[in-house]
Amino acid sequence: MSTRDAFAAARAEGRAALVGYLPAGFPDVPGAVEAMRTMVEHGCDVIEVGLPYSDPVMDGPTIQAAAQQALDGGVRTADVVRTVEAVAATGVPTVVMTYWNPVERYGVDRFARDLANAGGAGLITPDLVPDEADGWVAAADEHGLDKVFLVAPSSTRARLARTTGACRGFVYATAVMGVTGARESSSDLAGPLVARVREVSDLPVGVGLGVSDGRQAAEVASFADGVIVGSAFVRRLLDAGADRAAGLAALADLTRDLADGVRRG
Amino acid sequence: MPGPVQAAGGRQQPVAPAVPGADGRFGRFGGRMMPEALMAALDELTTAWREAMADPAFTGEFERMLHEYAGVPSLLYDATKLSEHAGARILLKREDLNHTGAHKIRNVLGQALLTKRMGKTRVIAETGAGQHGVASATAAAYLGLDCVVYMGEVDTERQALNVARMHLLGAEVVAVRSGSRTLKDAINEAIRDWVSTVDHTAYLFGTAAGPHPFPSMVRDFCRGIGDEARAQCLELTGSLPDAAVACVGGGSNAIGLFTAFVGDESVQLVGCEAGGDGVDTMRHAATIYAHEFGVLHGARTFVLQDEDGQTRESHSISAGLDYPGVGPEHAYLAESGRASYRPVSDTEAMDAFALLSRTEGIIPAIESAHAVAGALQLAEEQPGSTILVNLSGRGDKDMGTAVEWFGLGETAPDDDAGAPPA
Repeated sequence: MSTRDAFAAARAEGRAALVGYLPAGFPDVPGAVEAMRTMVEHGCDVIEVGLPYSDPVMDGPTIQAAAQQALDGGVRTADVVRTVEAVAATGVPTVVMTYWNPVERYGVDRFARDLANAGGAGLITPDLVPDEADGWVAAADEHGLDKVFLVAPSSTRARLARTTGACRGFVYATAVMGVTGARESSSDLAGPLVARVREVSDLPVGVGLGVSDGRQAAEVASFADGVIVGSAFVRRLLDAGADRAAGLAALADLTRDLADGVRRG
Repeated sequence: MPGPVQAAGGRQQPVAPAVPGADGRFGRFGGRMMPEALMAALDELTTAWREAMADPAFTGEFERMLHEYAGVPSLLYDATKLSEHAGARILLKREDLNHTGAHKIRNVLGQALLTKRMGKTRVIAETGAGQHGVASATAAAYLGLDCVVYMGEVDTERQALNVARMHLLGAEVVAVRSGSRTLKDAINEAIRDWVSTVDHTAYLFGTAAGPHPFPSMVRDFCRGIGDEARAQCLELTGSLPDAAVACVGGGSNAIGLFTAFVGDESVQLVGCEAGGDGVDTMRHAATIYAHEFGVLHGARTFVLQDEDGQTRESHSISAGLDYPGVGPEHAYLAESGRASYRPVSDTEAMDAFALLSRTEGIIPAIESAHAVAGALQLAEEQPGSTILVNLSGRGDKDMGTAVEWFGLGETAPDDDAGAPPA
């Protein structure tokens, strides 16, 4: 199942899709699966499973802390694939968000095959631009996987055309010039970026970086096809610490708030 | 005499390598493995750098700064006493005599001057032991730029004096508390800063690694080392050296030396990596020796990593070589066979550190001592040959390590109580 189907279904309901991110293995492998299922149950339309990496240059302190905890807990790439399998079984499109080296190390073709066999929808690649992605594009095409590349406020028109041309599923628009993390106010760069993407592409556009509550989700949903939330979910689990039930309850509350937001936008 | 050097024989203009291509790739190495948000800035930087290098006003100003401010060209020193000990003629390119005590001043002056030309007002830099941080803070003070240096928290504690130097030079030092809290995490944090501030900020990258154009740009700013040494060697000896030797962490001093000689087939190029406790242990930084292809900090190259592609922590007694990646051009030169790389252990490096101090009265940086140790090995393998060594930095910064390693600072047992230390 492609992420495009989830965006189309949301559009048919006259709303934006809600995309939720958590790293695999955080707080541990089964705990992450349970958390992602909770997010699905309360309104996420697409799940992004993060592959924890030692050098996450696009992530702010919140996601860094979660990824580090997952790595310290011994999470392996194979655990990420198993996590995808468990989450995809709920029926929502499930993509992996990963820095490139772990995929290269696992083997690009082998990763694509195992991801497809696990029911995964594709990959979001924050440090792989299409210019460097020949191997991944070939593997994704062979296995029918979504290729979600990022665009940024600094992207030129030529780069927007090239990048969106290489995408399948949706286009990931970064709302700010910066790293992941909840921000108090919405970005004034996101709207113009989405408009520029629409000039060169028919793909749905999801906006990520900085959205943390239903009010912001509604704002973004007014101009984008999808609202992507990561750090705010991670923050709920970090704050709950060892109290797993409280963490899941907080995730459920946040998901409902965001799901309500994407319907108001 | 100092001043722009002219080759006394051979080719007047050493041939530049045919790599990288426009995409910044050296064979299967290099490229731009970076977030899209930085692509426009990397393109802008590439264009600005190419235009600057073709503009005599820029290159002239760069040379003037190097000469008047940094003390370049550095001497080529015929190390006769070390040579006698080694059984081969060893020539030392004295980059340790440059302002701030290492070759790194060349790179930061080049990048900082380019920053001004691009109209940016702020520079950021990463640093391990603090050498590149101090050099960046120096260039920023000299050229009137704001400067923020990212440094792993562990390193700020180990290198408090360098933190003080940077403060004195007007830079802000940020202690990085993520990951292993060392150099690689300082680079991560600098990249995160740059993603957010790229419109007015330049990233002064400290070595010939990272995304295109950094490996080539840093090479160009450092290549004076080899260009000068080649001409100086011809003038001194009447011929080219049999080997050119340098230490390799990220690889800026080594690529700065090698570039002039890549076209000289008779000259062996030898890089010395940090073998740490030994390459049969996990505690080393010999990235090329380990030979695991991967991605780190924006380039495809060899990376110390585990089975899942997580970056492993490197180890070396020398902070400047303690990096789990290596510049992509070195990976390319290794794979093509044009250069060879060998690990030098902590012990071998410290032995060479002591030997050079005693024989020549020159205390090298421990980084550079790895190159001296490599030269001593080559001398044994090829007695009577001429070996050019890049003495990339001076050892003042390493005295704490040396005191600990050799148990220095104690007076001889038969000294009188009031006598000065030996």
